[in-house]
Formats: sequence, structure tokens, C-alpha cells
Amino acid sequence: MTLESPNGQVITGSVRLVHAAGMHARPAVKLTKLAKKFQAQISIRASDAAEWINAKSIAKVMALRAARDSIIEIKASGEDAEGAVAALVDLVAADFPDNAS
Amino acid sequence: MNERATIAGLAYRGRTASIGFARGPFVRVDGATGDGRVAAAPAAEEAALRAALVSAGRQIAKLAEAVGGDAAQILEFQVALLEDDDLLGPIFAAIVQGAPAHTAWSSALDAQIADYNAAADEYLQARSSDLADLRDRVLRILRGGEGEAPRILSGAVICADDLPPSQFLEIDWSRGGGLALLRGSPTSHVAMLARARGIPMIVQLGAVPANASTALLDGEGAILELDPSAEQIGLFERRRDLLRKNRASARAILRRPTASWAGEKIRLLINIQRVEDLDHADAQYADGIGLMRTEFLLGQQAGLPDEETQYRAYDAVLRWAGKRPVTIRTFDAGGDKPVPGFTVDGEPNPFLGVRGLRLCLARADIFKVQLRALARAAVQQNLKVMFPMVTAPGEVEAARRLFVDAVDRLRAEGIPSALPQIGIMVEVPAAGLAIEQFDASFFSIGSNDLAQYLMACDRTNGALANLIDPLHPAMLSLIRHVTDYGRRAGRGVSLCGEMAGDPRCVPPLLACGLRELSVNPSALALVKQTIDGLSNGALRV
Repeated sequence: MTLESPNGQVITGSVRLVHAAGMHARPAVKLTKLAKKFQAQISIRASDAAEWINAKSIAKVMALRAARDSIIEIKASGEDAEGAVAALVDLVAADFPDNAS
Repeated sequence: MNERATIAGLAYRGRTASIGFARGPFVRVDGATGDGRVAAAPAAEEAALRAALVSAGRQIAKLAEAVGGDAAQILEFQVALLEDDDLLGPIFAAIVQGAPAHTAWSSALDAQIADYNAAADEYLQARSSDLADLRDRVLRILRGGEGEAPRILSGAVICADDLPPSQFLEIDWSRGGGLALLRGSPTSHVAMLARARGIPMIVQLGAVPANASTALLDGEGAILELDPSAEQIGLFERRRDLLRKNRASARAILRRPTASWAGEKIRLLINIQRVEDLDHADAQYADGIGLMRTEFLLGQQAGLPDEETQYRAYDAVLRWAGKRPVTIRTFDAGGDKPVPGFTVDGEPNPFLGVRGLRLCLARADIFKVQLRALARAAVQQNLKVMFPMVTAPGEVEAARRLFVDAVDRLRAEGIPSALPQIGIMVEVPAAGLAIEQFDASFFSIGSNDLAQYLMACDRTNGALANLIDPLHPAMLSLIRHVTDYGRRAGRGVSLCGEMAGDPRCVPPLLACGLRELSVNPSALALVKQTIDGLSNGALRV
């Protein structure tokens, strides 16, 4: 993962999706639930897809159709952006553990 | 089984999704629509939808709490959708523009459903029924005000076009009951829930009158009888009692050691589609696994499976079996099993096209990964590998060369591996007739495809169901030809198609010389009981 501009507006990170089934309903529910705990505006995109989508929208996250081993890029802006990116990277890297939400 | 014919009076035939019997009041449940709802001014419509979403969320949360476990996780997805501003924003915008709440809601959800249905991924397609479930729940609330789903008397025979999982979970099944669907599928989520709960269920009934008051549902025979006469009830109860007794004695026989007939052991193995099939309660009583299909590995959203994923699946099954033999079939894609990125698109006749081993040889890049995973798994000594859809000896030799090559490379890399026993599926009549030409350690007769090719009947075409008879003399003659050769040459012969699990077909198969049958775990008890009946003289070959 990479962190940029420690006190600027946009924090970014990236993490490999190791979940065997890709970004399916269960991981997508966990990801959006966690994202919603933060005030920051959070967007994600999968590997080569150019479009950033709202990480708090289950419909959008499912529509990513992110496959296993794709790189999930995360960017956030706002007060708790740094914590948000770190938490989401951890969630994906740890393969969406059951106690994470 | 596919025909939807009326048999006698008010009796309808569908397909079995879950076995068992139910007798009770007939209740017709229909999907919600916005019909009959009159829209108010935009502000009131907006408020109505907001209120409906809140009470839908509350209902689902209550339901999730009551059911727990995996079923609750299915429902969490629906709750998340109700709280998704990106999904709801355009809906409320449409309402402000003057659209009625029910129209704005259902057209947004319909668009999502269409999107999921269009996905190549079966998993995503299955999620579309969760979306339909949510759509209907909110529509019901919008229309009815009250909001709760209609209460259904426990013990009823419930009839619907299709039934979403949440509605199944809401029904009180504590006093039994049954489920009759006009559409639906035996592989749906609801069918899985019904089997797990022991609720008899029939699907694909076609059209059924809505106004009956009582019903008999026979999951075994896939028959629904409406407003039955005293005579129909009597016959139904006799059938139910007989099957109950039968099942109990079959389960007792299952626990005995290997079956035998005419002084010879009859090995009963199981067919599995995926690793989880080993969870079936009867699987432990099998003499081994006669057919492990590997196509489930191709259905993953992440694309084609890597070596490690495959190795882990094969190794898990081999370890489960311990000393018992496990026959794994290499990818059998094509025909009616298209796989994006693997099978050939646009063939005019895919059943006669590049499928099975033909496809694997054409796509050696994909095949080599599977062979590497199998060669690693073969370190467990109980592995046998077979190739599907073999036509000519040269194909087997080409595949064997790739296999040997995979083992050599693995050894050079210092990775433990072995070359397992190699056999072939006998599905193409030409291979069966010229069986002595094939250098294989064993033969496995795939009777479903063999019947299709031998009788020139597309097995997916319901109009030909009567013609594609597995007991056609040509089938039995070909099966006998293969088993005779196996006996002479000392090669094992087994049969792994549907007919192996059909008690009606078992006696002629034994008479043809077969001593190894591979069946679905749920058929194991009945087949073992049939063989027991033959060996103690209660049944005749």
C-alpha cells in the first residue's frame, strides 16, 4: 500500500483482492459497511477500470465485478481519510474476516 | 421428467427439487406488482417510498435475526441495497419529476436485475433473485400499507410462479407443508433451502389453476394433485407409507459393507460436482468416488483457475477418500457447458463440436495447468484420472504425452508429483465399439452422452425424452461389449451416468457384466437396496 500527501486532501492506497470469488456480495457488503463508518469521501476502482466509484455504494461496488487478484485502488478525502484508506486496505488484504465490520 | 402433462383429473407433473410428501390446504402466492396503486403528489410519493424502505429494512433485519447463519448473510446484501444512496438517489429524483413511487422503484431495480442476469458469472445471476425479492417486498409495502407478507397457514402446499429465498424463510414450516413452483429450478437457492429443511418441492409445473382448496404434493414422483378425490388421497397415502418404509430399510442397508451379487462384489461409488458434495450424509458409505467433475473450477468469476486452486480442491477430495479410489475427470467443457474464455463460440452444433478432451487438446495452455495440478495431487496414491469425450486412440496418446511432460517438469523443479492411472470415458459410440484400440487403465461409461449420441437425440430436448431410452437394446449391447473387453483385458469398467442411479436400470446393468456403478450420493441407498434385493432373491435380473 502507498500513502501520499500526509496532510493534504487526497489519500490513496492500493491492495490486491485475494478473495477466491472476487468482489462478490459478502465482501462487498463488508467493504461498504466499513467505508460508511468514515466521514471521508471514499472512491475505489479495480485494476484497469478507469472509473472511480463510491465505496459506500453496494450497487456500485458489485458493478465493479472485480475479479480475484485484481488491484483495488482506494482514494479518500476528508478529515478521517487516512484512517479510512488504512482500514479498507487492511480489510481487503486480510480477505474480509468475519469480525471486521 | 420434463413433460408438463396432466395425468388424471387435476394432477400435474413437474420436476423434483426436494423429495417427500405433503398434504394440506392449497395456497397460491403471487409476486407483488404496483398494480392498483394510485400515485399521489410527488412529495407524498417520496414520503411513501422512504417509509416503505424503512419498514422493508426492519422486516429483513427481523427475519435475519430469526434465521441466523448463512441465510442471514444472504439478507445482509438486501439491507445494504436499502441504504445505498447511489441506488436510491436517481429513484427519488424520478419521483420529484413526477414518477409514481412504485414505478420509479421497480424500474430502477429491474435495470439492476437485468444487469445481473446478463453477467456471465452464475453467482451474479443468482443474486438477481435477491434483488427481485427486495423489489417485491417494497412494492408489497407500498401497495398494502400494512407491509407484512401475507400470513400463510403452516402445513399448506404453497404454489407460486417462483419463490425468493426470503419469502421461503418467512413461511412457517414447523408443521410441514410443501412447495409447488410453476417455474423455478432444482438448483436454485430456494431448492437448496427446501432440501436442507426436508420440505418437499416440485418445480417447472407449467400452468396450474389458482382456485383449488386442497392439494397433495408428491416430491418423489414430482406430482401435484388438486382437490383430490378420496381415492386419490388413499393412493397418495399408500405411496407415502411405502416410500417411508423403503427409505428406512435402504438407510439400514447402506451401513453394511460392500454390496455383492452372484458371488461378486459390486462397488458403489459416488459422483461429485464439487468438494462440498462430500458433505452429503450418505457419501461416507461409498466405496470411492467414481466421478469427480472439475467444471466447477471453471465457473469462478476470477477467470480460469490457477494450479494452486485446482491442486487444493483435488487434494482435499483425495484426503477425504483416504484409501478409497478417486477418479477425477479432466475439464469437460463445451456442448451444453460453455465457459467464457475457454470454449469455442458460435459452433452450429456444440454437442458435436470441440468439447471435452477435444477442447483440452486444442487449448493446451489451459489443459497443462490442470495436468500439473493433477500430477501434484497424484502423490496421494488413490488418484485415477480420466479424459472425457474421447473418439480416437491418438487423442489419448497426445494427452498422455502432455501429462508425462507435466510430471517431468515438476520433478525438474523439485516439486513432488506422480503419474496417476489414466482412463477414458466411453461416451462416443465409436470409442465403445473399438474399445480394444485404446491403451487405458480403465473405462468409465458415460451413459448420458452415450445414449444421446447412440440414439441421435439431443438430451436437452424434452420432445425426445421418450426416445432417449437408456435401456434401448443398442445401449445394452454396447455396454456389454465394453465390459466383456474389460474382463478379458483385465481393465476396470464402471458406469457413471444417470442410469446407474435408477433402480429400474440396475438389474440389466449387472446382467451386462458391470460390477462398478457410480451414482449421486442421494441415490446410493436405493441402489444398494436394489442390489441387496437381487442377491437375496427378492428381485430378479
